[in-house]
Amino acid sequence: MATFDVDSFEDWKPSDFPQGFVCPEAGNSVKYKTGGWRSRRPIWDPEACKNCMLCWVYCPDASIQVKDGAMTGIDLDHCKGCGVCVSECRFGALKMITESEAKEA
Amino acid sequence: MSSEAFSATGNQMVADAFRQADPDVMAAYPITPQTTIVENYAKFVANGQVHTEFVTVESEHSAMSACIGASAAGGRVATATSSQGLALMWEELHIAAGMRCPIVMANANRAISAPINIHGDHSDIMGTRDTGWIILFAETAQEAYDNSIIAFKVAEDPRVLLPVMTTLDGFVTTHAMDRCVLEDDQTVAKFIGQYHPLYPLLDTDHPVAQGMFANLGNSFMKAKLQVRRTIEGSLDVIKEAGQSWSDICGRPFDIVDSWGTEDADYLIVALGSMAGNARHTARMLRAEGKKVGVVRPRVFRPFPAKEIAQACSHAKRIAVFDRSDSLGAQFAPLGAEVATSLYNEGLSIPVSNYVVGLGGADVTIDEIKSVYSDLADGTGSGTISYLGIQE
Amino acid sequence: MQAGSKALNERRDMSQLIEIRWHARAGQGAVTAAKLVADSALMDGAYIQAMPEYGPERTGAPLRAYTRICSEPIEVHNNITNPGIVIVLDDTLLNSIDVLEGMSDDGTVILNTTMSPSEARKALKAPDAMKVAVVDATGIAMDTIKRDMPNTPIVGAFSKVTGIVPVEHVRERLKITFGKKFSPAIIDANLESVARAYEEVRL
Repeated sequence: MATFDVDSFEDWKPSDFPQGFVCPEAGNSVKYKTGGWRSRRPIWDPEACKNCMLCWVYCPDASIQVKDGAMTGIDLDHCKGCGVCVSECRFGALKMITESEAKEA
Repeated sequence: MSSEAFSATGNQMVADAFRQADPDVMAAYPITPQTTIVENYAKFVANGQVHTEFVTVESEHSAMSACIGASAAGGRVATATSSQGLALMWEELHIAAGMRCPIVMANANRAISAPINIHGDHSDIMGTRDTGWIILFAETAQEAYDNSIIAFKVAEDPRVLLPVMTTLDGFVTTHAMDRCVLEDDQTVAKFIGQYHPLYPLLDTDHPVAQGMFANLGNSFMKAKLQVRRTIEGSLDVIKEAGQSWSDICGRPFDIVDSWGTEDADYLIVALGSMAGNARHTARMLRAEGKKVGVVRPRVFRPFPAKEIAQACSHAKRIAVFDRSDSLGAQFAPLGAEVATSLYNEGLSIPVSNYVVGLGGADVTIDEIKSVYSDLADGTGSGTISYLGIQE
Repeated sequence: MQAGSKALNERRDMSQLIEIRWHARAGQGAVTAAKLVADSALMDGAYIQAMPEYGPERTGAPLRAYTRICSEPIEVHNNITNPGIVIVLDDTLLNSIDVLEGMSDDGTVILNTTMSPSEARKALKAPDAMKVAVVDATGIAMDTIKRDMPNTPIVGAFSKVTGIVPVEHVRERLKITFGKKFSPAIIDANLESVARAYEEVRL
């Protein structure tokens, strides 16, 4: 199979595209950073967190980071700041702050 | 090796071509006059003569969707339809071509409602002419067989990877019994060869994403342009495949079948079975010393513009027969293609366009004679009319 | 691709084209008969076509079917409007249909009827030059096949009257076609019906 430099696809000529407009590199959406779309971000309080994983279930961008069954943080490169994690958290372990508040902190 | 001559309908011959190609998947829905293709094929499946997974679906929309899925997965895929069924597939047809799924589909060319009519014309197939499918027209049951075999070879060629429609005229070719021969199974299997899909979804070692999004920027235009250049380039592949099949079976394969064009003053250009009627009539007129000829494109997409212009280049006047109309357009589909082809080659030969044989109406010998006589008189040039219908 | 590559060097003599039109009611087996004649001719190496005039299939409705036979490839695909031979499987059709429409005066008509040849000629209003043959194909079918299926016997009559296909080919072809569907007893009855019509047809 031919290899493609997918990162530079905007410079490709029509003949450079893989036939059928397939994406020849599956799973490359991780390279697409959506964190910049955010105006607010979730803040996590590890002390209050019970590791119930409801936030992990609901997060549409797979941005709740988990290791060995326990939450370790939030992937702010991809979190779009929708706030669904905060709304689902039963233990007050997540809250939303504005990006400007985050900058000041 | 060719079999002994036997009698068969066009649909039987298409079913046999499909049997010999032995696709991995066929998803199809029955509709007159295509039904006997899938009916015969279902028998081959039931008898274990093919290894095909036959998917019975609830509509043609589903049939083509299942075909696209199976093709994206990496299978050889075939189906067949007609008329309203082809119309119901319309949105999927673009997807099959855009995703470069080399599906082979037989179409029993039939009228489109309203009024309801189950008979042969080209209204259904012409509605799909801009979808990115390669479209072949058969004049006879034998050609329907040969075209169907060539269809697999062309569709699956790595230079093409586009879907192909192998079409035959409803009832006239699908259901009439004609003298035919089959090549043997091994010869066909060897000719078509193995299909090596480029990005099969079932190849989990090389995962890809199919059916991609290209919403903003110019990558959508680039993707479409790639398909345009590919289908244009497929003409050479069709010629090559047609020639090598012709070498095997001994039957001619011409992208454009020209008869009498080297000295004919007046030409009729026609697709499919009615070209036979025109040639039959032209032979009668030749016997009376009239310089007439017939030009028949066997491939409609990609349109063989240069070959058509070359075949027409010596004519004084040309009539184009269309078995469908492009309502509101200046000319019907073939008429417009021929006129553009001549114009682009710098040939200013007057063209008259006749809509003929809609809804299974015969294109009679008398009518064809009247057109040759109109050509000789110069009546009708630059206009479109419905042959045999008084206004 | 040369312009006009096939050209005129493959001239064909289409004067030998034989065109047969069948008139029947749906359910009488005219299409099977049209194909049987074509298949029998194919055994001699002829080019053939056989087709019904397509429409809704309604038992009893008048229908037409067509057979073409030629030593050259057949290019014309129309319905047959100027037949050289007309075969009528049901004489009650004469009341409603002009079975001679488009025929030349020296053509041949084969009629399934109990009428005499002269009565048939009168009923058809056939010109003097026209050949009119009669056979009681229904009677023969009832005797042999035990069903009102005049289609196979009339092919025996066709063979005798026109000489276009030898009756041995008709019998041979019938065994092949019917062998796929019917018992040996039914095939034998059909073969007998062909033989009887071949003998009993009158001009």
